[in-house]
Amino acid sequence: MEALSFAGALADLWSMAPEIWQACQETGLMLVVGLAAAIVFGGPLGILLYLSQPGQLFARRCLHGVLSWLVNLVRSFPFIILMVSLVPLTRLIVGSTIGPVAAAVPLSFAAIPYFARLVEQTLREIPRGVVEAAEAMGASPLQIIVKVLLNEARSGLISSLTILTISFLSYSAVAGVVGGGGIGDLAIRYGYYRFQTDVMIAMVLLLVVIVQIIQFIGNRLASRLDKR
Amino acid sequence: MIHLQNVGKRFRRPDGGSFDAVADTSLSIAAGEVFGLIGFSGAGKSTLLRLINLLERPDQGAVIVDGQDLTAMSAKALRSARQHLGMVFQQFNLLANRTVADNIAFPLEIAGWSAAEIASRVAECLDIVGLADRAGHYPAQLSGGQKQRVGIARALAPRPKVILADEPTSALDPKTTQSILDCLQDINRRFGVTVVIVTHEMHVVRSICHRAAVLDAGRVVEVLDVTGGVVDARTSLARSLLEAA
Repeated sequence: MEALSFAGALADLWSMAPEIWQACQETGLMLVVGLAAAIVFGGPLGILLYLSQPGQLFARRCLHGVLSWLVNLVRSFPFIILMVSLVPLTRLIVGSTIGPVAAAVPLSFAAIPYFARLVEQTLREIPRGVVEAAEAMGASPLQIIVKVLLNEARSGLISSLTILTISFLSYSAVAGVVGGGGIGDLAIRYGYYRFQTDVMIAMVLLLVVIVQIIQFIGNRLASRLDKR
Repeated sequence: MIHLQNVGKRFRRPDGGSFDAVADTSLSIAAGEVFGLIGFSGAGKSTLLRLINLLERPDQGAVIVDGQDLTAMSAKALRSARQHLGMVFQQFNLLANRTVADNIAFPLEIAGWSAAEIASRVAECLDIVGLADRAGHYPAQLSGGQKQRVGIARALAPRPKVILADEPTSALDPKTTQSILDCLQDINRRFGVTVVIVTHEMHVVRSICHRAAVLDAGRVVEVLDVTGGVVDARTSLARSLLEAA
């Protein structure tokens, strides 16, 4: 009986393979867009947050206060509420509010301040003296950012990106609920709404495996880049 | 080579008050000299050193290095002037994610040297400090003395006229201290680089300096002539530093 139901579940899943594959692609798309936005916009924002704090190279108390407040503001929203409140913006940008591309809009919106904070914190661990040495050599601000800050913090930045990726894998499941698609959505639609527990378990296991792989790659890369 | 004219630097205290780390100080350091800045903790010696390359911008006075008034310069001109002023730090301040060779190459990259020029200059500097066999190591793999040699090679790489050394031996044991002092002296003699060295140890001054300014509460109380081997101190502060050595 046990074996039979297990075999049944496998057959069930096998018949769903195309749908599962599509869900994986949708999740991948949401993550790629969200992470790209985080790196492109959140990265510089994090650098600016770091550099504008008192005592740093580009200390601007006011600017730092405003940026920090904005980052906190966006980060205070529960993600599902952020998604719903961004519906008009999503419609404006994508032209639709359904599907992984639409879901990528609020995901990006949440990822930017999240990554900015992680970048700021990572940069804070660089000893001030190292930046000072570069200043004493006559390095320009851009040279200091690229050759000192980013290079010295590179392994921490990879770890931050790993944390972000895993958090957003889970956020993408929330996005799935409101029509984003993806692995989380599949788990909820079949497993929860249609009582196909086997599908739900399979999808959760799939997510577990993906998270383990992301963390493994992140750790390996971070430790390889770390020469401290 | 270096003229400080009535420079002053005031810092705020956390309690809202302020104190003069350097108060209305004038000092001239000749080209080719090894000049010491000595005093007890909090005397303002590090601040005075950092005023020379404007890591601290003075609240008053002028800093003239090699005939140029650094305090009057634009940010860009100051950056290019700094490329001729090497600096060595107590905590080394090496880039942990760069190899020894790449650390020494760093100021040359900043100054826009070509890859070929950088490679040959880095090899030269590694030889000068005796670390040719450590070129591919990372700072974490080096001893304190080796790290400071990298720091010196890095400061020396762009062929500076002046090297500013901020307590370069205070994090090192006595034996290593002597080898680092010898290294600085060697550079001064061979290349005529002016060296300004901050220390709280009279031993360091005796060992390599030609002259040294004794600092107390942000002021130069005496300039000692050390070349003769006998240090003739007039102030009681200088004498107490001599006795402590």
